[in-house]
Formats: sequence, C-alpha cells, structure tokens
Amino acid sequence: MILEGKKRLWAEYQKEIPDDNYFYVRSCIRQNFFPASEPTFLRILRDELKKDIFETPFHTTCSGIGYHSDIVPMETTMTVVARQFALMTEAGYENYAASCITSFGLYSEIIETWKHFPEVLAKVRKHLKQATGREFEIPQSLVHASDIVFKLRNEIAAKAKFKLVNKHTGKPLKVVEHIGCHYSKMFPSKGVGGAEYPYVLVGMIEVWGGEVVDYPERRHCCGYGFRHYLVKANRGYSVANTKKKFDSMEPYKPDMIITNCPGCPYFLDRWQYVIAEMEGKTYGGDGQGIPALTYEEVAGLVLGYNPWDLGLQVHQIAVEPLLDKIGIGYDPEAKYKGPNGEDLGKPEMPMSIRCC
Amino acid sequence: MGKLYDMLVEDVRFQEGMKSCMNCGTCTAICPAAEFYRYDPRQVIDTVQTKDEEAIEDLLKSETIWYCGECMSCVTRCPRKNAVGLVIVALRSLSQKLGYFVESEKGRQQLALKRTIGAWILEHGYCVYPRKITVENHPEAGTIWKWEQDNLDLIHKRLGSNLDGEGNGGLRRIPQESLDELQRIFDVTGGSDFYNQIEEASKKKAEEMGLSLDEYVKFVYTTNNGLHGRDEE
Repeated sequence: MILEGKKRLWAEYQKEIPDDNYFYVRSCIRQNFFPASEPTFLRILRDELKKDIFETPFHTTCSGIGYHSDIVPMETTMTVVARQFALMTEAGYENYAASCITSFGLYSEIIETWKHFPEVLAKVRKHLKQATGREFEIPQSLVHASDIVFKLRNEIAAKAKFKLVNKHTGKPLKVVEHIGCHYSKMFPSKGVGGAEYPYVLVGMIEVWGGEVVDYPERRHCCGYGFRHYLVKANRGYSVANTKKKFDSMEPYKPDMIITNCPGCPYFLDRWQYVIAEMEGKTYGGDGQGIPALTYEEVAGLVLGYNPWDLGLQVHQIAVEPLLDKIGIGYDPEAKYKGPNGEDLGKPEMPMSIRCC
Repeated sequence: MGKLYDMLVEDVRFQEGMKSCMNCGTCTAICPAAEFYRYDPRQVIDTVQTKDEEAIEDLLKSETIWYCGECMSCVTRCPRKNAVGLVIVALRSLSQKLGYFVESEKGRQQLALKRTIGAWILEHGYCVYPRKITVENHPEAGTIWKWEQDNLDLIHKRLGSNLDGEGNGGLRRIPQESLDELQRIFDVTGGSDFYNQIEEASKKKAEEMGLSLDEYVKFVYTTNNGLHGRDEE
C-alpha cells in the first residue's frame, strides 16, 4: 500500500476542527425536546476539558425551520444569520459552533452562496447595517457542536466511567448512528467523513467501546421533511420514513441509536411510540423500543453523569434497559421529580409499548 | 425564454441548483418523497428545462412542488451536481410571490406554517417555543410530552434550562432589543411583505371557499384529501 496515495485519497474527507475558543449558538429543537443536552455539552467542555466556549443571550433562532418551510425568504434568513455572525465578531471570536444541523447546513449554504454571488453578500451587509447598525466577519471556522465532541472524543474516553459495552456479555453494544441529512449531504466537505463515509458519530462510538451497526437504510432521512411534520395533515410522510429505517435496522437488534441532529432523535423516539400505538409493533426487545439518544447524552453517560441530569426521563422510549446493559446505576424514584425533589406525578403509560 | 422562467433564474438558488440535467432519474431513486408521494423530481426538472410558460405555471399551481421534504439527499447523488431541492425552494418561493400556492391543498398549508413557525420567530425569537406545542396539535409527541406540558417550568428548571428567564441559557427570554432587530430585518429584507402576501392570498382563497380565515387555518392544517400518496386512488 502506498501510504501517501492513501492519505491524499482520504484528504477530502477530513475536516479541520479548532480545539478551543468557540462561539456557541443554541438549537431551537434541542432546547425544546432535549433541554439537558446543551447544558451537558457546556459542562463537558468547560468543566471536564477546560475549553473556552462563549454564548450570548442576544442570539436568536437562525430562522432555518422557517426557511425550509418556505415562509421566510432567502434574503431575510441570510440577514438573520449575518446578525449571528455580527454577534460573534463583536465578541471577538472566529470559530462558530452551531448546536443544530439545520442551522449548520444553512450556514454552509449561505457562506457558499456568498462566495459564488458576492453581490448577494454585499446586499446582506447593507441590509444588516440598515436594520441593526451591525457589521460582521464570516467565521474562520464553522463547526457543528458534534464536530467538537468528535475532536475531543479521546479526551472524553480518558475520563470515562463507563464504556458502551454490555456488562453481562462483555460484548460491545450494537449502536445505530444517524447523522442527519443537512450535516453533509449538501456540502460533503463540511462534514467529518463527507457524505459517503460520515465519521463524526462513528468515531465517538468506536472510541467509547461500541460497535457500529451498518444496515441498508442507514443514510435514509429520519422523516422530518419540515412541512411534512409541522403540518398535522402531512405527518404520514414523516412516520412512514422513520418506519422504513426501523424496519431496516430491526434484524441487526441494535441496543441504542446515537444522533447528530436535534430533530432526528425526537422523530426516532416519538414515531416508535406512534407505530406501537397504531400497529402494536415494537422494535426493541421485550415489547420495548430502541432508545434514541443525542450525542451529548451518550457522552454524559460515558462520563458517569446521572441519567436524570442528562434528561433521559423526557424520552418516550424508556432508557432503563440500556442503562442496565451498560451497568449505570440510577434511582427509579428520582426519575420524575422536580428540581427540589417535588413530585411531578408520572406520565401516562402508552398502550402498546413498555416504558418500564 | 418565458417570463416565469426568467423570474426563476433571478433566484440564485435556482442558478445553483439547475445546471444541466440529463434526466437520468438518480434524484428520483434516492428521494424519500418520491417513495411516499406521487412525486418525481426528475419530471420537475424536465418541466422546468422546457421553459414552457404554461407548463411552469401549472407546476407553480400544483401539489407537486410541495411534496419535497428538503432533505437534499438528491444533491449528494446527482451526477451533474444539480440540486433539485434548491430548484424546489425557488419554485415554492415564486409560487407564493405570485399567489399561486393557494391553488393546491398542500400549497394552502403555507398559512398554517406562517401562523405557527413564522409567528413564533418574531414573537419569541425561536422557531419552536414549548408553550405553543400543544398536545392537541401534537398527539404524536406522546404521553411524555403531556407530562412535560403539565410540569413545563419545573422540568426545564430541573434540566438546566432558563425558560423565559433573563441572561444566557436554554429557552431564555430573548431580549426585546434582539426581537426588535429581528423585526427590522424582516421589514428591510422583504420577510414581512412575504408574510403579508401569504396572509392576503389566503384570505381571498378562504372567502372563495366560504370559510373565515381562522376556520381556513384549521382546515388547511388538518385536511388531507387522501390523493397524494403513491398508493392512494
């Protein structure tokens, strides 16, 4: 084997990821449906790994879901994004870290469009100045927050309390990874491993002790489809696409799913519940589902954080079978408690899927 | 070259997405929407390439352009580096500018999107805001979401959010000056006019259908005539 040639061949699948000094921008979906994931990410970076990661209360949505629902015009979204870049510039940062894949894809699309159409960039600068008085620099580096976890995966592994290994059998857990369409399908060079060999989650799974499941529909969309989930009349599209993925992965008996995009774990979690309620079909063992976790939640589990601090109680699919496999202890009584131990009652049990 | 085609070409996304299609059908093979809906992205590009005014107008008024999920899987696979998804985005944009979107069931749903996601962006600074994601509109969010809705403030506090609070943190209240800037961006860049255009065209259509605008919103949000799917007669 000629190593130089091999390196050259894989060069386009590599991504430069800065190792410190990030300007962090939150995700609308992640904040709503997996609210502990972003605090976990910040805890790992700041407390465990001593990194500088800055956030400002003045940033807003990037308007990406509105853009991909086709109600927000391109010029508007570009200027909203330019305002986020202005906040980064004003704070003295150059490395922009997005918590959302829709945002990350949109930022990539916008920066690329500005390169091809400098007159559009000039117009956006004018609009931003007119609307807000602000000016901006384009980030030197644009990463998704998972890129940072990927970059630091070995440092996380060095501090790990648990591995993604079944403690009863000693074998690696079988892990499905789902990277989310807008991470690298549009701009392969912007994602670790590109669109053909996405490695951002695989790298985490391998280093943390798990085994990646390769199944036929591994790269199929989770089914979000923006308007196809957001409008009630269209949700058949969304659940049908998710079902296609689950039917495809089922024979491989995955222990868990790790996701990149904030929306994907929501659909992979909730549509399992709906499929069970509609058809009585479940995909995990013993009438249960397959837990679909965010990468922040998985990193937190590996580091030994309390599962209920990670927000695993707000998943519809029960995580306890997974915790038992890994050997992570938890207090069942604390699962549905408030911040000061208040009793918040318990969610109603679904009819057709076991939730412990 | 026709007027509608000229308008499409003005959109840089159309220029980026439409290079030279050879009609191989790879986009259709990879497309999740083509598997579910009566949708063939290859044919969409074929129609646009004809530059036939009448055919493009029919497309702009059709259900077809609303079937794409904008996953952009087609972008990766096209051997000519076209992006059907971007062409669709340009078609949808033009359909709304011209008021043609109300001529299809799927197009009419734009008002529901504008009044939910669109409104939340300007009211709250988020595309999604938890107090507005009701169990009634989102039964698929499960029994866990009902529990979360019943205990929203305490659960978010437990999980480290700063729901509607001052300063940094998840779901913090976006400062009024930031919301004002967002509104001015919408005003300056045509976003507010676009919202108004969706409202106005929808209002006319609602009158034509004999519905109040509020009835119309509920109608378009929930109605599916059952004729969109590949297997539906």
